[in-house]
Amino acid sequence: MLEGLLAPDAGDIEILGMRWATHEHALRERLGVALQETKLAERLSVLETLTLFRSFHQRGHDVDDVIGMVQLGEKRKTWVVKLSGGQKQRLAVACALVSDPDILFLDEPTTGLDPQSRRQLWDVVEAFKAGGKSVLLTTHYMDEAERLCDRVAVVDHGKTIALGSPRDLIASLGAEHVVEFEIGGRAAAEERVAADAAWLGALPGVTDARHERGRWMLTVTELHRAVPALMGGLAERGIALADLRTHHATLEDLFLHLTGRHLRDE
Amino acid sequence: MSNRPNPLWQLTLARFREFMRQPEAMFWVFVFPLLMAIGLGLAFRNRPPETVRIAVLRNGPAADSLVARLANARGLAVQLLDSAAAAEQLRHGDVSLLVVPGDPLVLRYDSTRTESYLARLVTNDAIQRAYGRSDVRTVRDIKVAERGHRYIDFLLPGLLGLNLMGTGMWGVGFAVVQMRVRRLLKRYLASPMRRSHFLLAFGFARLATVTLEVVTLVGFGMLAFHVPFRGSLLALVAVVLVGAFGFAGVGLLVASRAQTVEGVSGLMNAFMLPMWLLSGVFFSNAGFPSAMQPFIKALPLTALVDALRAVMIDGASLMSQGGELAIVAAWGLVSYVVALRIFRWL
Repeated sequence: MLEGLLAPDAGDIEILGMRWATHEHALRERLGVALQETKLAERLSVLETLTLFRSFHQRGHDVDDVIGMVQLGEKRKTWVVKLSGGQKQRLAVACALVSDPDILFLDEPTTGLDPQSRRQLWDVVEAFKAGGKSVLLTTHYMDEAERLCDRVAVVDHGKTIALGSPRDLIASLGAEHVVEFEIGGRAAAEERVAADAAWLGALPGVTDARHERGRWMLTVTELHRAVPALMGGLAERGIALADLRTHHATLEDLFLHLTGRHLRDE
Repeated sequence: MSNRPNPLWQLTLARFREFMRQPEAMFWVFVFPLLMAIGLGLAFRNRPPETVRIAVLRNGPAADSLVARLANARGLAVQLLDSAAAAEQLRHGDVSLLVVPGDPLVLRYDSTRTESYLARLVTNDAIQRAYGRSDVRTVRDIKVAERGHRYIDFLLPGLLGLNLMGTGMWGVGFAVVQMRVRRLLKRYLASPMRRSHFLLAFGFARLATVTLEVVTLVGFGMLAFHVPFRGSLLALVAVVLVGAFGFAGVGLLVASRAQTVEGVSGLMNAFMLPMWLLSGVFFSNAGFPSAMQPFIKALPLTALVDALRAVMIDGASLMSQGGELAIVAAWGLVSYVVALRIFRWL
């Protein structure tokens, strides 16, 4: 809808002070868009593809400059069909950059890419941001959002359930750490803990306790107080630990905390 | 900041490149029609009047004497065969007719086949002469084997029409649906590209490929088969352009809603197959019932092939083909207008 491809059922969209109904062409001139799953023409080269997209816009970058920005210089004359997944994705982003847009829309730009290709794409996005321009990025990868975004909106079933900077959002968990543990031995032992879950949440330094697929997750403010208390509590009840780990809270923890489920495909 | 390339030119160039870089397309556009012309041209080439092959049944001394008398008959090749061999050769068409000596002489042949009937006339004539009949009037033959009356002369404009239809429909329709499936149409829509430029580019790219097609096929016909070219080049160009435009429009219409490549293939074949049969590409369509004729004449390929034949072989003027051109142009125009209204971009 923001890209002007679908009409909203309700509400109002204003971008750069313009609306789709009245300023469609002007808006398209100033937005750069890389859609999910766009397959560019296979038998055109990188240079030909970018020249084509450049021709749609009144103003914009020199095509060769954009090829440099996305580090496709060596592939300048290579057909799209012969590019790797990461190179194709960088070309898709380059098609959005070629008009020197004020706002860049990226829809799941790194889905399916290997870690190296992801990082190369992140570099491109960060360079664009460093030019003082805005990026609107949708992603399923919380580490990507945490790394690239200044403001994050968590959307679940079409509703925004959290909005803020990654740091603030994580802070809203009320804790900096996550403790995960698994119970050793029988399911009966697990049931004993579950039946009496309240004591976990009430441990000193613990703000939240959740049970999911055999793992317990505690959101913790003070690790040095919570862990000994947890150990003591478990020993008191005669329960053995099979696994225990702690890490700094991430956006992923927030997402799980908010949605109460594992990351889903939709 | 840089100078802006011309979008219409870039879109056209992209279309042309994509088309020319597809090996399959190259085959169907350039090689297939040539193979077709060579194959059919050789199969139906004009040969010297053919010898009629017949058999005489070996059933006694009368058979031997008949074969001896027919030995010198012009245009007749006679074999003496046993009944089993004769029956087999007759069935396979190796001989067109079997003479069973006796009184009367019996001629056995398939009366529904033209060549058998021809064999009956030639054989009867040869037998009557061999036994003493003489001509009562003198006749003189003047043989016509003029360029422009041969099958290849009839076929070539037909193939050209067929090619214009095929590449127009596939080139446009297939490409559009593929772009839709690959969500490239959506990506274009998200840019400030003018939709009219996008659709026009298909037409312009077609003009370039069409030129190559026509030069290949017509040039080949003229060089290899000495197919005459009697009309004006300008008239041919005009007919070809109207044809290319018309079928590009129909291709666009067929592809305007289709969501899958399989779907559009089915639609294209459903549209084109009747015309392969009815439009008089390979043989004259005069043989179809008269009730069907108005329908056949209204088909775009019929009109296009008729106009191409008239301009190339008969040397007709462009003006005389106005009706045919109007039919093709109308198909194209109506298709474009409808396609633009119902076109699905997403």
